[in-house]
Amino acid sequence: MSRLGPGLILALIVGFAFLYLPILTLIAYSFNASRLVTVWGGFSTHWYGALMQNQPLLDAAWLSIRLGFVSATLATILGTLAALALARHGRFIGRTLFSGMVLAPLVMPEVVTGLSLLLLFVAADVERGFWTVTIAHATFSLGFACIVVQSRLAGFDRSLEEAAQDLGATPFVTFWTVTLPLIWPAVVAAWMLAFTLSLDDLVIASFTTGPGATTLPMRLYSAVKLGVSPEINAACTIMIGAVAVVVIAASLLLKREQLAGS
Amino acid sequence: MSAASSPRKAGLRRLVVAVPYLWLALFFLVPFVIVLRMAFSQAATALPPYAPHWEGLAQLGDFLSQLDIANFSLLGDDALYWQSYLYSLRIAALTTIFALAIGYPLAYAMASAPARWRGLLLVFVILPFWTSFLIRVYAWIGILRPEGLLDTTLAFLGFEGEPLRLLNTETAVLLGMVYSYLPFMVLPLFATLEKLDRGLLEAAADLGATPVTAFLTVTLPLSLPGILAGSALVFIPAVGEFVIPDLLGGPDTVMIGKVLWNEFFSNRDWPLASAVAVVLLVVLVLPLVLLQRARLSREMAA
Repeated sequence: MSRLGPGLILALIVGFAFLYLPILTLIAYSFNASRLVTVWGGFSTHWYGALMQNQPLLDAAWLSIRLGFVSATLATILGTLAALALARHGRFIGRTLFSGMVLAPLVMPEVVTGLSLLLLFVAADVERGFWTVTIAHATFSLGFACIVVQSRLAGFDRSLEEAAQDLGATPFVTFWTVTLPLIWPAVVAAWMLAFTLSLDDLVIASFTTGPGATTLPMRLYSAVKLGVSPEINAACTIMIGAVAVVVIAASLLLKREQLAGS
Repeated sequence: MSAASSPRKAGLRRLVVAVPYLWLALFFLVPFVIVLRMAFSQAATALPPYAPHWEGLAQLGDFLSQLDIANFSLLGDDALYWQSYLYSLRIAALTTIFALAIGYPLAYAMASAPARWRGLLLVFVILPFWTSFLIRVYAWIGILRPEGLLDTTLAFLGFEGEPLRLLNTETAVLLGMVYSYLPFMVLPLFATLEKLDRGLLEAAADLGATPVTAFLTVTLPLSLPGILAGSALVFIPAVGEFVIPDLLGGPDTVMIGKVLWNEFFSNRDWPLASAVAVVLLVVLVLPLVLLQRARLSREMAA
């Protein structure tokens, strides 16, 4: 059955309107010349200019990007190893505990994850800042990265790996020349997911950060607490635009790869 | 397999397991034990602000005899705590119901759409999820606040009367929650509904079932795993949510995530915050078990 009745079309329209209207209003108001949200004062890019003068916000954005980069890379490496362990290593001691620990951060309330990691850093007497947040983000995005890579590993032909090994390749060479190229799209997707998770996180970063390491969500959060402002609208619009470009580029890349593969 | 016989290969294999294992043990398991231990400690005006009752494994017996359950009995005695637990469960349950009410028709329509549209529709459901969580909540402040977009639009359309004043109410929290968690409901529902054999519906219709009867007796029972998985994926994070009740809620929408945050950041009572966290996890055990069941039954079906 691939016929949409009027009821189902209505369901689509209502559902997508609900998902997109709030975001669209935010984008529209970022171009409002008036400071008042209720009044449309004409089209203006004034708030984008103001944003470029907001040094604390720019510093926070740069910090968040670096943080996302390092923590996503760590999470992807660890998540890929975890996926290989779960998909290729059959039984090993503590496997149940291991898969539980990989998946638990996915459903753990953020306040609990943040609190528990902070208590660890305090107990270990580590100076809190960039690296503690990086470790925290890598730990909670590891599970997401693992799931993405695992689904790819489950879906490919193992005889290719076995053939390489029969021809005398060491496991390391096999991984590097056969497995990794085959799971590469999933590894890239896992990295992007981990990067956005890190860029998005307010709660865990608030717990685990120290003086001098204020992330972009933390800055936005304190600005939002003070009230709605066109400058925040502009900042949000830039972030939405960046995400849209990355997601569309990624899906085009994947599509091209699928076409080349088929 | 011959790969395991060479010691060097075996070492490499072990490393693949050991590296993520050790990482998770150090940064997930150990912190968890520390929280448990902290929950049984006393607050102190020191830095860090707590006095542990337990200095090592050797003192385990000692520790058990003097476990400080004061934090937990406070959680039971002070109405603020258990009421906010109940309130969180209530909000999470309402969020799940509303997300299901909006998400099911949406997922059903997506699954019924022509196959060449489905991928695109799926991308459009996921896309808002990639934009910042904070931004999506913030967008609702602009809509719901006094003289915000909603009030202005209603006035423009000619609705006379009092402004709605929705911001800082329970309605606002619910709206924000349903909005933020909707994709978690739609994705598993879509996955089950898409795989549903349409021939079954035709068979039901041939046998004289009305579309409503066919839906109630065929589609709905078959999509139950998707409903369970989606509900758990919405319910579990919703219980511990902090940002949405904090930004959209008011003084009377105190959810447990916010209580934990305040105990930690405002009152600096780390042991009490840890006790709140421990009880929160206990509360979440049942829905987690349900989620695991749903996942298992889906794997069995696949």
